[in-house]
Amino acid sequence: MVEKVQKNNLLQAWLVLTLAFLFGMSLAGVQTVLGPVIEENKIRETMEKVPVVVLGEAEAAKIAHSGASLGIEPSRIAVEKEGRTKFYNVYDAKFNDGKRAGWVAKASAQGYADKIELLVGFDAAVEKITGLFILDQKETPGLGNKIVEDQWRSQFTGKAVATALTVVKTGAKKTNEIDAISGATISSDCVTRMINQTIADLGEELKNRNTENQKGKE
Amino acid sequence: MADQPTAMERFVQGILPENPVYRQLLGLCPTLAVTNGMKPAITMACSVAFVLFCANIVTSLIRDLLKPHLRIVVFTLTIATFVTIADRFLAAYVYQMSKLLGPYIPLIIVNCLIICRCEVCASKQSAFVAGADAIGQSIGFGLALASIAAVRELLGTGGLFGVHLLPAAWPDWVIMVLPPGAFITLGLLLGAVNWYSSRKTKNA
Repeated sequence: MVEKVQKNNLLQAWLVLTLAFLFGMSLAGVQTVLGPVIEENKIRETMEKVPVVVLGEAEAAKIAHSGASLGIEPSRIAVEKEGRTKFYNVYDAKFNDGKRAGWVAKASAQGYADKIELLVGFDAAVEKITGLFILDQKETPGLGNKIVEDQWRSQFTGKAVATALTVVKTGAKKTNEIDAISGATISSDCVTRMINQTIADLGEELKNRNTENQKGKE
Repeated sequence: MADQPTAMERFVQGILPENPVYRQLLGLCPTLAVTNGMKPAITMACSVAFVLFCANIVTSLIRDLLKPHLRIVVFTLTIATFVTIADRFLAAYVYQMSKLLGPYIPLIIVNCLIICRCEVCASKQSAFVAGADAIGQSIGFGLALASIAAVRELLGTGGLFGVHLLPAAWPDWVIMVLPPGAFITLGLLLGAVNWYSSRKTKNA
């Protein structure tokens, strides 16, 4: 009987279980304290990147240099899909004279290793992609994490919104094709799919908002 | 227990005689990956030092409760907890650095250096010795990372900590900040350390 109790798996693991509980509690505490700070960092970075994603690096630097800044108005758009509601953070960027510079949407979805969070920018009429920025990723170093590099991201700039983008491994030839990163097809695919999904979910809504605003002005 | 090294011996051993990078060849993944500049190297060294110190102390305090077949689970659990704390802390207070280091901070969990110290020292000796061991090993790891990073950043960008030091005529050897530079530098420095210590033993 005693031997049976001693061999009980749960009893043997009491230290592991206790430690897991204690560590879990302390991590929850750390997250409660630091979570809001990290969230704030992310929001600050998003606000900094919105002009770059909408206007491009050079143009955004020019505006910042001249002392002006884009007015950025964040909003949340709910999208009903298959009975579930999905929320997007959308940033409406306007010049000082009230003219819309473009839209930026924040999207997040599962990548190869962990969740990828990105910003994708559109022009005011939502006809073209104006830029892409990766906010958060934990893809494989040396392969998948190349999604953050300018060289790869810049492929998306200027792509038309009307046709869905596809990832190809043999060199992009058509206008809606994106070169995969060699060794990281899944990461490339995930980012491209996220952008397609964002366009599908938000494209119409943003277009409507833009025409409504224009009508309002007339 | 008489043959176990004392706290002072543990401390000194970590710095050069048992340097984690140059002697034990442990933790080479971050060593190669984050040494393209002094700043990321120092951040990594500090994070490892924090995790190693805390993990060593906790492991040492519970060493009498450890069951042989469950010890690795306990080590990993302890290390993972402190790595997560370090990761969150960096994301909260040095956000850009945390983004630059990306997955390498979470990857400290699988750094053999820490599990090795838990196994070799902390699970057998008192918290005081384990703490001294952690500090010694951390200094050794930090020095190793800093030495590799200094060579790579200086030759690759002509400066240290982002400050330009070499004359403007210096053609930046871009390869030094790329992955091949890490292997070349590590190999050469390893050779230099071996040459130095073999000379010392011959003379002695």
